[in-house]
Amino acid sequence: MDNGSTSRNGGLVHLDDVHKTYRSGEMEVRAVRGVSLDIQQGEFVALMGASGSGKSTLMNILGCLDRPSAGRYILDRSDVSGLDRDELADIRNSKIGFVFQGFNLLPRTSALENVELPLLYGKHRLSNAQLREKADAVLASVGLQGREDHHPSQLSGGQQQRVAIARALINDPEVLLADEPTGNLDSRTSVEIMGVFQQLNERGITIIMVTHEPDIASYARRNVVMRDGLVQSDRAVSQPLDAKLEAQKLMSVDESPKM
Amino acid sequence: MRAGPTFKIAFRALRRNKLRSVLTALGIIIGVGAVIAMVGIGNGAKAQVEAQIASLGQNLILISSGSTTTSGIRTGWGGAGTLKIEDAEAIRREIPGVIAVSEEVVSNSQIAAGNQNWFTRLLGESADYFDLRQWPLADGIPFTPQDVRSANKVCVIGRTTATQIFGNENPVGQILRVKNVPFTVTGMLTPKGLSIQGVDQDDVVIMPYTSAMKRVVGGTTLRNINVQVADAKDIVVAQQQIIDLLRQRHNIRAGRDDDFTVRNQQDIAETAAATTKVMTGLLGAVAAVSLVVGGIGIMNIMLVSVTERTREIGTRMAVGAHGRDILTQFLIEAVSLSSVGGIIGIVAGVVSAKVIAMIKEWPSLISPSSIVISFLVSAAVGIFFGFYPARKAAQLDPIEALRYE
Repeated sequence: MDNGSTSRNGGLVHLDDVHKTYRSGEMEVRAVRGVSLDIQQGEFVALMGASGSGKSTLMNILGCLDRPSAGRYILDRSDVSGLDRDELADIRNSKIGFVFQGFNLLPRTSALENVELPLLYGKHRLSNAQLREKADAVLASVGLQGREDHHPSQLSGGQQQRVAIARALINDPEVLLADEPTGNLDSRTSVEIMGVFQQLNERGITIIMVTHEPDIASYARRNVVMRDGLVQSDRAVSQPLDAKLEAQKLMSVDESPKM
Repeated sequence: MRAGPTFKIAFRALRRNKLRSVLTALGIIIGVGAVIAMVGIGNGAKAQVEAQIASLGQNLILISSGSTTTSGIRTGWGGAGTLKIEDAEAIRREIPGVIAVSEEVVSNSQIAAGNQNWFTRLLGESADYFDLRQWPLADGIPFTPQDVRSANKVCVIGRTTATQIFGNENPVGQILRVKNVPFTVTGMLTPKGLSIQGVDQDDVVIMPYTSAMKRVVGGTTLRNINVQVADAKDIVVAQQQIIDLLRQRHNIRAGRDDDFTVRNQQDIAETAAATTKVMTGLLGAVAAVSLVVGGIGIMNIMLVSVTERTREIGTRMAVGAHGRDILTQFLIEAVSLSSVGGIIGIVAGVVSAKVIAMIKEWPSLISPSSIVISFLVSAAVGIFFGFYPARKAAQLDPIEALRYE
């Protein structure tokens, strides 16, 4: 908990009294009402809260999809709160990897081409061979060797989410942002995906994950809970669940009733 | 800047929806195909008419007898016997620039040789006729000015007539009975095909006009006088001089109508060309409408596509696509659909023009300019009808788009 104060401005993600207010007609919706948050390189944070708590809005701001109405957002030592649409798009491309609840893969498109997608919008022009090489490597890193040419419809939900994770990782982002990544998955596959996240986190990748499921949040090492647009609690998880052990437990539960 | 990847992105997107892409392009294929085929056939018809007019000969002025009598009864061209042999001689003598004159008598007659007989068109002409019409002989020799002066019983026949009467035999030197008068066939003409009116020009017997008048048709007046002038630019002047000369010779007072009609080849050509031009224009307009319909089809599909792919657009934006990239992608998709459709349409149009031409025995003429224009128009249709959907896609809010169900 004290890492926030020791490294002010030094963190990877630094939110300073961020507000977000939507106006719809006469109504003024204050979705985020002053959030300050520091996230260090290599953290695995679960962002929790009921619907309407402002966690999605905060997620959009963290993901540079939206700009704060007030306050500052410093990502990787540069202020991104005042950037325009195109500049934000470039930040998303190079520094942020997105994983969505609904996977958001392009239909009728191979896993490989889905993973290549961010490279096509990148600053560097790559040859087809270079694209293929990078995509192959990152697909292999999430355990999908041999499925490069499968279309999403030919893959299970867990595999589709792995493709999405591979896509998020291809540009070596500073932060992996996951929005309810297990929302569309059964519990066993959810554990599998948490396993992938934990592996990536062990490799030093910073992960921010939005979830409303406490048991999924307990795979993270830090839980931030939001309520009414404010951070209600922010605590380190003393004993994060280990996805590998959980998977083994599920296996044995499956096997025992058959006896 | 990012043109290369954007092309890749657009083509991948099109490939994902093969059937839809093909169906969308079909509108343009049909539109362009119709334009190419219709204009091709129209141009072919025009070229054929021009060729037929050129086959009349060069720099011709055609004088027909009749038109209006003093009683006000109009007899039509060639109806009243107002043209005299002396008129033709006067033209030959007095009009400058005239290089050939052919007095013409027209009739129809039963002809026979051996046990074969045939009903055909009979032309009495001067010896200049074959030069004037640029109508060479395939075999034998034409009749001579001496034959004309002496009203000799000689004739030249067309290919159709020769086939009907003599079959595969060589007609040259044979005897042909015209209204039971025996004529010697001195030559056979090269085939000339159908006239503008669709008459078989090769179904003909041509003899000295003197012989026709004295021995076959009777009468002392000419149906027509064909005049050839040396230079195309003299035609108008010569035509006026002929009118003045004939009015004077026929004692027509000022204010009265001519009792003859003078036309020149250009008038005929222009009338015919105007007709085919109107037809080509109409066909082209109908085809152009289908091209616009094809364009609206593209716009429709692109709009549906933008709505359906809202989440895809959101995803693309989330991973770093600029609005401009999305705009370019959808524009490229639209233009690819329309221009590939255009290329296929051009091929389809050329092929169908050829096939229709073959089946209906119409000529067709595909001009390179119509191909280039159709291609450019189809690409422009893609840009025009693709822009609105593309801009709509580019202006989507990524957050809304990602959440879209």
